[in-house]
Amino acid sequence: MATATYTGTEKPNYLNWKTSVASWLLTYDHKRIAILYLVSISVFFLMGGLAAALIRMELATPRGDLLTSDIYNKMFTTHGVIMIFLFLIPSIPAVFGNFLLPLMIGARDVAFPRLNLLSWYFFMAGALMVLIALFRGGIDTGWTFYTPYSSSFAKGEVSLAIVGVFLAGFASIFTGINFLVTIHKMRAPGMTWFRLPLFVWAMYATSLIQVLGTPVVAITLLLVAVERTFRIGIFDPNLGGDPILYQHLFWFYSHPAVYIMILPAMGVISEVISAFSKRRVFGYHFVAFSSLAIAIIGFLVWGHHMFSTGQSMYAGIVFSFLTWIVAIPSAIKTFNWMATIWKGRVHWDTPMLYALGFMGLFVIGGLTGLHLAAMATNVHLTDTYFIVAHFHYVMVGGAIMGYLAALHFWWPKMTGRMYPEGWGKLAAMLVFVGFNLTFFPQFILGYMGMPRRYHSYPEEWAVLNVLSTAGSSVLGLGYLLPVIYLTWSLKYGKVVTERNPWGARGLEWELVDPVPDPHNFERTPIVTRPAYDYGHPEEPTGFVPKPRPVVVGGKDG
Amino acid sequence: MSVKELEKTATLEHATDGHHHGDGILGEQFETMEQQNTSYLIGMWAFIVQEVLFFGAIFAAYAIYRFKYVMEFTLAHHELSVPIGTLNTFVLLFSSYTMARAVRAAMQNRHKRQAFYLFLTFIFAGVFMVNKYFEYSAKFEHHLFPGGDYDAHSVVHHAQEKGELRVVEENGREFYELGKTRDGQFTAFTKVTPEEFEQRTRLFFGFYFVMTGLHGLHVLIGMIIIGVLIGRAWIDHLKNKPIADFMPVEMTGLYWHLVDIVWIFLFPLLYLIGR
Repeated sequence: MATATYTGTEKPNYLNWKTSVASWLLTYDHKRIAILYLVSISVFFLMGGLAAALIRMELATPRGDLLTSDIYNKMFTTHGVIMIFLFLIPSIPAVFGNFLLPLMIGARDVAFPRLNLLSWYFFMAGALMVLIALFRGGIDTGWTFYTPYSSSFAKGEVSLAIVGVFLAGFASIFTGINFLVTIHKMRAPGMTWFRLPLFVWAMYATSLIQVLGTPVVAITLLLVAVERTFRIGIFDPNLGGDPILYQHLFWFYSHPAVYIMILPAMGVISEVISAFSKRRVFGYHFVAFSSLAIAIIGFLVWGHHMFSTGQSMYAGIVFSFLTWIVAIPSAIKTFNWMATIWKGRVHWDTPMLYALGFMGLFVIGGLTGLHLAAMATNVHLTDTYFIVAHFHYVMVGGAIMGYLAALHFWWPKMTGRMYPEGWGKLAAMLVFVGFNLTFFPQFILGYMGMPRRYHSYPEEWAVLNVLSTAGSSVLGLGYLLPVIYLTWSLKYGKVVTERNPWGARGLEWELVDPVPDPHNFERTPIVTRPAYDYGHPEEPTGFVPKPRPVVVGGKDG
Repeated sequence: MSVKELEKTATLEHATDGHHHGDGILGEQFETMEQQNTSYLIGMWAFIVQEVLFFGAIFAAYAIYRFKYVMEFTLAHHELSVPIGTLNTFVLLFSSYTMARAVRAAMQNRHKRQAFYLFLTFIFAGVFMVNKYFEYSAKFEHHLFPGGDYDAHSVVHHAQEKGELRVVEENGREFYELGKTRDGQFTAFTKVTPEEFEQRTRLFFGFYFVMTGLHGLHVLIGMIIIGVLIGRAWIDHLKNKPIADFMPVEMTGLYWHLVDIVWIFLFPLLYLIGR
């Protein structure tokens, strides 16, 4: 292990107390693991974004001129696989969950630090396999790996990509197990369940899905790889199998996976909205339980992906009904956020802009989900651009807006530097405008019947597609700006000297230092107040510090 | 709760629990041994839940095809060796018993006893794998491994001998009638082409190899962990350590019982249900 290289005069923090490469790659510190995840998924996000840019460029003209249909298939597969499995699934849980969970509940680390590091290695090994598969000729199955495309027709390195996703899935399971135990067992004295920040509740619900859902998709993908290798007809109808079974098993995970992406974002929004409205989240208990409700009901709705694939109509009716039920906890959250802002002292900083953007886009994404959940309209809209627009409103407009809100909100805590506020606001506006310009026309295109996954289309859809492509360039710029100015701010950003630049509540803001110490808390905090206790401006700390006698030297200490 | 009471619950065992501290048994992130142990337990149970869903999906897929191709699967069932399966079931059950004894010994800090029972568990696991090896070899020999040279002939042959399959010809094409012979009278339940029969029995053996293979992989992983634990227990014994952390053994025990119970479901579903 590296020796301490810190030589400065100020107090060392988790970033600079050791600087060797080994001290990063072998760290058990949840904060450093979060940074490892942050750097890796940022790279993957840019790669997935590049594929999206190529897709939109191709669709700028009706004829398929830039990419052949084959390459186009590979591009949207690349985009989907990278964005879902290598970016969105780990995004908020693995970066902000890792960084914040122990800080928020007053713990020195997650329950299983070594498992935490192992999860990152699993993730990177999986990502490497996926990338090798994509670069060695690519795969053209779509991110869903639907059989029999993936089992009998696809020629590329599908098995390798599948094993990669399998490994990344176990990384996600490890994170989920770790967080479940951490939330159950590692809370500081006085940090009762109903004093937990809502982000922690959201992470709890997310972890449940990760632990219960991911193994199912893991074994399913493994079976596809087995089918490809040994020609066993598990899913291929030509070999006696049933492709609908694949879809059942796949969506049993992959629909809840949508909630793995959106629930943590909802948790972030609860934090940000209350911090920038200076009010306790309205209806705390309802927001907390709505996270659990979404996680549980989310497991019972997977069949709505298969209304038009030969599933029994009666099953369809049940799935349709249950899907509508999910709208209720989602609406509870949205209304409670609005009620939180109402009569609050609203501060228009960048994280708040993203949070407000999230609310608008999530409402559109969620309500169009109801169009798709109704069986009659689903027949017309399924596999059109309406679906594409719908899930991008939820995943990009929802999850990534939440991710960016979190990134800006906790950036001073993570790096000790402030991002440039003006550029931040500009980027937030660009993202919002660019996003709507990109994806709103796709609702209309889908309603008009434009199918997804084709590289050419009739002339009459050209205007809306050009609009969408134009919007995507604005959106791309909006995403590129934070990459640039956040990187810039690492060296040139304003140094944060106060521990709580936003005046927010929560243990992570009440640490002694602006940037956390490697051991988080010098003293184990004792919590005496509920979360979001904004009523007492004269006493910002809400906890009684307790002397911590000895710092025990661990493996990384 | 008042702050006073909370102070009590926050008592740091680092300071009070001398010998634990020196051994590095208590992880840096934990306050008390009790917190650490229950954390490990909850974590292990969460992992077991994960495993149940992992195996659950493939059990579900198997159930669907067994229902769909019930005759073909039944005939393919008959190729599996019930004596070896039964033997392995008892071997695993005994290994669970010795594992439970090892956990007990670990809790009592009787290191030698613990190493002994872990060793027995290891041996039983080894016997299981050796049996599995012979079982698999026999399947390979009869071309029942669903690879390149898969061949359903031995299934057809045995089924014909038992009067459960009859080859018929219609319009110059060959078909298999699958059914039962009672009092010398053959009743056909279903009629399939030889290709379909081949595909579906191949599917059965596909499930057989994937399910028992994944289970075998779990046994192997368990053997590695148990091997490490034997070494640790033996070192503790030689060093005459008064107290050692029993949680690794406890957790491995949970894992081992899971592996056992998966087999308890595999055995009837694959070996017995067609009889």
